[in-house]
Amino acid sequence: MSGLHPPKPFPEAARDKVSQPQLRANLRKVTHTIREKRLRAVGEVPHWEELRVLGEATKDATLANLSDRLLQLEASVKARGGQVHWARDAAEARELVARIAESHGVDELIKVKSITSDEIELNAGLAERGIHAIETDLAELIVQLSHDTPSHILVPAIHRNRAEIQALFNRELPGEGNLSDAPAELAGAARRYLRHKFLTTKMAVSGVNFAVAETGTVCVVESEGNGRMCLTLPEVLVSVMGIEKVLERWEDLAVFMELLPRSSTAERMNPYTSFWSGVTPGDGPQEFHLILLDNGRTDVLADATGRQTLRCIRCSACLNVCPVYERTGGHAYGSVYPGPIGAILTPQLLGMADKNANTLPGASSLCGACFDACPVRINIPQVLIYLRGEANEEKGVTAEALAMGAVGYAMSSGWRFEGALKLARAGQGPLVRGGEITALPGLLGGWTQSRDLKAVPPQSFREWWRQREGADG
Amino acid sequence: MGNAEARLEVLTRINRAVAGVQAPALPAYPQCERLEREAMLRQFQDRIEDYRASFQRVAQTEVAGAVALALAGAERVVVPAGLNPAFLPTGLHELHDDPPLSHAGLDRAEAVVTGCAVAISETGTIILDHGVDQGRRALTLIPDLHICVIRAEQIVQSVLDGVQRMEGSVGAGRPLTWISGGSATSDIELVRVEGVHGPRRLCVVVLD
Amino acid sequence: MNVDLFITCVNDAMFPRTGQATVRLLERLGHEVRFNANQTCCGQMHLNTGYREGALKLIRKFVDDYRDAEVVVMPSGSCAAMVRELYPEAARWGGDTELLREVEDLAPRVYELSEFLVNRLGVEDVGAYYPHRVTYHPTCHAMRVLRVGDAPLRLLRNVRGMTLLELEGAEECCGFGGTFSVKNPDVSAAMLADKTRHVLDTGAEVCTAGDNSCLLHIGGGLHRLRSGAGTVHLAEILASTEEEVFA
Repeated sequence: MSGLHPPKPFPEAARDKVSQPQLRANLRKVTHTIREKRLRAVGEVPHWEELRVLGEATKDATLANLSDRLLQLEASVKARGGQVHWARDAAEARELVARIAESHGVDELIKVKSITSDEIELNAGLAERGIHAIETDLAELIVQLSHDTPSHILVPAIHRNRAEIQALFNRELPGEGNLSDAPAELAGAARRYLRHKFLTTKMAVSGVNFAVAETGTVCVVESEGNGRMCLTLPEVLVSVMGIEKVLERWEDLAVFMELLPRSSTAERMNPYTSFWSGVTPGDGPQEFHLILLDNGRTDVLADATGRQTLRCIRCSACLNVCPVYERTGGHAYGSVYPGPIGAILTPQLLGMADKNANTLPGASSLCGACFDACPVRINIPQVLIYLRGEANEEKGVTAEALAMGAVGYAMSSGWRFEGALKLARAGQGPLVRGGEITALPGLLGGWTQSRDLKAVPPQSFREWWRQREGADG
Repeated sequence: MGNAEARLEVLTRINRAVAGVQAPALPAYPQCERLEREAMLRQFQDRIEDYRASFQRVAQTEVAGAVALALAGAERVVVPAGLNPAFLPTGLHELHDDPPLSHAGLDRAEAVVTGCAVAISETGTIILDHGVDQGRRALTLIPDLHICVIRAEQIVQSVLDGVQRMEGSVGAGRPLTWISGGSATSDIELVRVEGVHGPRRLCVVVLD
Repeated sequence: MNVDLFITCVNDAMFPRTGQATVRLLERLGHEVRFNANQTCCGQMHLNTGYREGALKLIRKFVDDYRDAEVVVMPSGSCAAMVRELYPEAARWGGDTELLREVEDLAPRVYELSEFLVNRLGVEDVGAYYPHRVTYHPTCHAMRVLRVGDAPLRLLRNVRGMTLLELEGAEECCGFGGTFSVKNPDVSAAMLADKTRHVLDTGAEVCTAGDNSCLLHIGGGLHRLRSGAGTVHLAEILASTEEEVFA
């Protein structure tokens, strides 16, 4: 698990993935299925666009006063008997969780699916301290048992088909061995495996979907009930939340409970959502810790264009509509945040000097499908373009920058452009076969791998226009 | 562990990051078209059945019979302290949470019968605020069958209506559980499987 | 109406027929077409590839070239989208408030060809004749940024002699994306493969669109497959008449 850090530049990682036909078939099937379903779920709400605008404004308003909101949240949670901790980075957050576990003598804990915990590489950090974290979400369990990494925000094992999961469970789950590949039977095996853990484990770790400052209420949205088990049955609960997850008022939740399920699982509402405020005497964990994580978020917040990225509610709608994600899958992005949102979030969290992460803003044809699907109107294409500029600032003078400078010069006036065209026409001579170019040299060779290029024709439009004007005059 | 230092530094970073940023004004919450009472109840039924949960609508005197039908022979039934005893058929092995039932004890129960705080028709959502007729959270979590008796007047139309109704409960520090159908997963090839960990079966009884 | 034609650098250099067709069409509809010979490029390639300074120079130049235009029409959805949606952003990123004011003033007068015809002029039947089997690819920027909606299809449905065939997965990107196609050639090619397959499945002779950048890409793929199907810009179909089949 490498958390946020992509081990390779995107184009290189993508090449490996695009060439796997089974993976592409799996991805195509699931992304198209959920795309259709989301359109139906969203189409049912006549005021969807107004909800998006409200969701956007609600998040922006909270972010504008983020320190006040976090202080308010801290005070509310404490007033309800919870404890609040602050973590500047991943290492601090891991340390906080490990110390809480150690203070209770815990060497095994159960987890609700949390991308934030994957971001901080919590499981590996706990393992170093001799603490085993058990993933209880079905997909996360599949990923954990196969020593794999998640490839989708909502469905982390989207890249695995039922046959692979059948083989995995028959091999890894105690007492199993004769499971068929029926999803219901595989889910049943996971239930048997986890039941005892839920009933007996002393400590749980979760992420947070939303936290309400005025009431100190923390919210986890889920489907399977593993979340409720983890949030209710252990004695000690630790929830790790990115600082951007806070909302101001209880009523602010309504819009997100409308936007999130329809965008995410494409349901009217997800099966289970849990809300709790600190500790409830006689009900649920009697010790509650909330960890507020920065880990690069304040850098994102400081950027006027990039800031909107922090509106994200992790629904994954952008992944499901993205033509690039559909061809590469999540692993090509090399980070716990894949797809279009990952392409803008990962490099901003890591900083644009990260040589692999700064290739991610290039992982888009700028088709705009992600912006249309985003329930909080993050203008992902705009941020991608902006970040490409930031990445170039980091890279300094490159061959590409020089070439773009030369093109810019040629474009600086009509007559210079015409001169450049004449040069291109003369220069392309040896490459043209029957009006097409089938192999380009150097940086442009990527084009002719799978397409021909039409040759520059003998007369440009401007030459034709001048000729016509001359004839008229 | 120097958490005060981390706290100060994160807050300082935030204040530096958003210095001078103005919060936008919030637009009004978009209003849905209001349904008549009967249409709303039909919508609720449609949503509940769409989640493949069972639905019955009965008169006050028929509740115990509807619950008996939903129990389908289950006998070891968890009963929260504040549940109207008239809702229960006779002859059950009732499990009461006083003294609190252990996790293992709850795991031996076959079913739980509760009321609810409010329900939302548009999304088919039942909200528990774990009041006396619902019990603490574990009671509606561990038994495999959850039968929820909802008074018709507890059903509101929109998510916003439901959230607003819960303002008092949340303000009083009560936990909430929102339930929309039974436990489900779509993690394997996006095939929906009903029933993973949470109660695998949900039966809704609406009382007119 | 006095129409300033912004032909776009790609059309000027590579697709002069599209420009000629646009002129023919607008003149046939009774408009005065002007061509400012100082024009070059809208700056999209620079901005989208992350060269903001280079883009800003071209943006300022565009504003200088068209400040006084009544309307600016371009046979390219992505260049029109650049001007309308991204010029203000680029000006903000460059901290140039004067430029921001100017681009916001100019943007409402800038149109992609099909939206100009249908939404501004209210014309859906341009009197075109084109006796071929055609499928239409709605380009991403026209569809999702400019929101031209079904304007191109309304125009196409009124073309006489033409069979319009529905394209499966029409709204999916062809994978061009400017320098994306060169920097991520494998992903781009995978997207293109699906698009060309869908085009060929329609049995069309011609795939049309409002943007020659996308058509350069789709056409390059079709040519590599030696499929026999080709690409033609929407303007060339609309300019064609029984007297003169343009494309």
